[in-house]
Amino acid sequence: MRELSYDVVTIGGGPAGMAAALAARENGAERVLIIERDRELGGILQQCIHNGFGLRRFEEELTGPGYAHRYIDMVKATDIDVWLDTTVLAAEPGGVITSVSPHAGMTVVRAKSVVYSMGCRERTRGAIRTPGSRPAGVFTAGAAQRMVNMEGYLPGKDVVIVGSGDIGLIMARRMTFEGAKVKAVFEIMPYSNGLTRNIVQCLEDFGIPLYLGHSVTAIHGKDRVTGVTVSKVNDRLEVIDGTAFDVSCDCVLLSVGLIPENELGRAAGLALDPVTSGAQVDQFRQTSIPGFFAAGNVLHVHDLVDWVSEEAAIAGRSAARHASGELPAAGPERSVTAGEGLRTVVPQRLSAFEPGKMSTRFYFRAAKPMGASLLQFWADGVLAFERKLRVVKPSEMIVADIPVRKIGDAQTLEFRVVPAPEKIEAEDAIEEEA
Amino acid sequence: MAGSFGAGPVPDSADVVVIGGGVVGCAIARALSRFDLSVLMIERSPDVATGTSKANSGILHAGFDAEPGTWKARLNVQGARLYAELSEGLGIPRKATGSLVVAKDAAQMETVADLRHRGIDNGVPGLEIWSREQVLAHEPNISPDVAGALWAPTGAIVCPFLATVGFAENAIRNGVRIVTECAVTGLDVADRQVVAVQTTRGRVATRFVVNAAGLHSGEIARLAGDDSFTIKPRRGEYILFDRSVGQLVNTVLFPTPDKVSKGILVSPTVHGNVFIGPDATEIDDPEDRETTAGGLAGIIAGARRIMPTLPLGTAITEFAGLRAAAGKDFVIGPSPAARGLVHAAGIQSPGLTSAPAIGEVMVEVLQDVGLRLRSKASFVPVNPAKPRFHEMDRTTQAELIAADPLFGRVICRCETITEAEIVAAILAPCGARTVDGVKRRVRAGAGRCQGGFCGPRVTAILARELGIPVTAVRKDSADSWLFLSRADLEAGEGVHA
Repeated sequence: MRELSYDVVTIGGGPAGMAAALAARENGAERVLIIERDRELGGILQQCIHNGFGLRRFEEELTGPGYAHRYIDMVKATDIDVWLDTTVLAAEPGGVITSVSPHAGMTVVRAKSVVYSMGCRERTRGAIRTPGSRPAGVFTAGAAQRMVNMEGYLPGKDVVIVGSGDIGLIMARRMTFEGAKVKAVFEIMPYSNGLTRNIVQCLEDFGIPLYLGHSVTAIHGKDRVTGVTVSKVNDRLEVIDGTAFDVSCDCVLLSVGLIPENELGRAAGLALDPVTSGAQVDQFRQTSIPGFFAAGNVLHVHDLVDWVSEEAAIAGRSAARHASGELPAAGPERSVTAGEGLRTVVPQRLSAFEPGKMSTRFYFRAAKPMGASLLQFWADGVLAFERKLRVVKPSEMIVADIPVRKIGDAQTLEFRVVPAPEKIEAEDAIEEEA
Repeated sequence: MAGSFGAGPVPDSADVVVIGGGVVGCAIARALSRFDLSVLMIERSPDVATGTSKANSGILHAGFDAEPGTWKARLNVQGARLYAELSEGLGIPRKATGSLVVAKDAAQMETVADLRHRGIDNGVPGLEIWSREQVLAHEPNISPDVAGALWAPTGAIVCPFLATVGFAENAIRNGVRIVTECAVTGLDVADRQVVAVQTTRGRVATRFVVNAAGLHSGEIARLAGDDSFTIKPRRGEYILFDRSVGQLVNTVLFPTPDKVSKGILVSPTVHGNVFIGPDATEIDDPEDRETTAGGLAGIIAGARRIMPTLPLGTAITEFAGLRAAAGKDFVIGPSPAARGLVHAAGIQSPGLTSAPAIGEVMVEVLQDVGLRLRSKASFVPVNPAKPRFHEMDRTTQAELIAADPLFGRVICRCETITEAEIVAAILAPCGARTVDGVKRRVRAGAGRCQGGFCGPRVTAILARELGIPVTAVRKDSADSWLFLSRADLEAGEGVHA
């Protein structure tokens, strides 16, 4: 059994792990390691062969592998160690990481700082309790995407997609390109959970119908899938009697949500946010376990990889500063909550600010779609800051920079989204850049 | 005869043919493998344990339910004892959790007192009536309106798949041939004596046929002109929860039974999950394993009567199993229509528990109808232990990787299952041939992501180890192909249409 020491270790070599490792190295960490279980870096980006990545980060439109390779090249240009085909079995408080691989056997690494960057997994049929039989041909959209884009096999030829998450929408287009017939996308909510551009470019451009407010109530078939039964639902998401109809298909792809993959954290006693299913962090992305940071989809599910890279850079820098003892002491913690109109906020708490810090950035998910709205920041119950939002969609993250002077010494911070009192002019809606 | 497993040809003849590779058939085959006989098992699916044995409660009942004097009463108690003796050697995961029948009022307390007396008559050891306080001390999450319970210390939980595979593997090691993807099409009877079994893979001459065909055992009997019993499939739905809530319950919790069934249970599984179910719906189609919205809602409501706060958000899968019910008791014994045909049919609950005892009793039944038995000195009663990586300490894990690097590659991250374990499960004497076969043997894909991550990887390993294309890898049943190639699609082909 090998034993080694590092300043910063990222668990996972996807976009978050790579960006965190690079930021750690740039901020003074001498020995940095990325542990990746797959045979190459890049994580889920490697199977996302469509374009649309990097508009914000690189100001150009890249494919998933294209975006990944920008970071892989940056990592290769440094002395960051990369272990591929290596699985972390445990990461214990204090920074003791046990990993295994076929080529190096079991290794114990002692890390001064650890960045959780394991990404997320797909919600399954079982989690949403779709009744029916259990034939072959039912796949999560991401598993099907891997088979099609990386292994070169197709999961079926007559496809029904359950849920309108982005991977499902992307797979609707991919399966159409591959020659399959995508019959419909069924979404139980009255609105889509995917990005607007994906609705347009992946469904509308190909004439694939999107049924909102429809639930797949049964999957049929003994050997292979033969079809599904679909019903309309009311505003309480209950099936409306008499609306059922059958759609024949030989393949069902599920795109019904993503769940941060926090099994390692859970085993170590990590405090989780019950809504994001990710860690509770402060503005440094430090978790409840000292020296353990989190970034990317393991922290909260992102809509754009660009935000992942940005968030991971924060976590990586903080990890480096923690390793060198420069990260400020947390001080008394202040809670940040998602109030009216919002479902999630990250970070969920604030530690003492670094000297000279002008603003701090918050990421939100809305609870429901809204038109013109105001994002409000309430400090100790007093409205301290307001920003106009042209439109609010649960599928798109809201990002806001709050000036430190507006936060002041407030102990409880709350954000809300409320309808705008009057119509907001389009010119006002241009998103503020940091 | 050297044992074997797979979709090969059938031999021209066998001393005994066992029809059906469920837990009952496999336990019978293993019991027969102690003797100097050529034993052939035929199974319609690509794997054992694909009918009732793959979807049930996984409980080893203590034996207080059945009416004294029935096959159920006798074989349940005997079976529970046999598992305690055999499980370790055969590689069958078993946990002696005990079980509780929970009473909520005075009338139910009377019922559990009656159950205790019946259990004593059946020879069940150690039964006790527990007070409310004793129950709450043992099961802190149970409904606070519990009045008391019947405690059965010999109640236990078991892995039903590995029970079946454990019996099958041991049978194969002792010379039994198992031919899969082989369906029975006829029984040849001459002068009221069975003389051969007709199958989709050819004719097998034999004078002894064991009908362990589960849901299809009535049809098999009919092939010999025997209509002495009819199978009425009874479907039961289940919800399985993540291991993260495994601490919810420590023992098997039954409600106080009514006349129809044992009611909705809340129980741990031997792998650390929790399940609720089953309900009981009589159906016509012996292949109808659909769960229903109403059924799932019903078992949730039923389970809440025992365990008010169910972790529904941690559900990882729902499934339905079919009980092969033929009346009140098991159908065990010679066919009244054809000599040499013997039935182990109508094996509903407590069939899993009774299986090894059914194996023993079927040896006697065959002997009674003329099968001559000679013990085999070469019989090996146990299977070699298979390392379970995630259950081992770090030092042992490191040694395993040093000996076989594939132990260092984790394929199923939810359950921490390594490539070495998956390869071993495929190459074993009763080896996995399908993705679900791998899952049932080593739990790759049985966790919270339900194969979302490891499914494509397990498919690739199966293709490599079996020497078949990815497009020939199946999920479970003979026609459950998973993927097609781009060429198939361009040719306008369906999935292996």
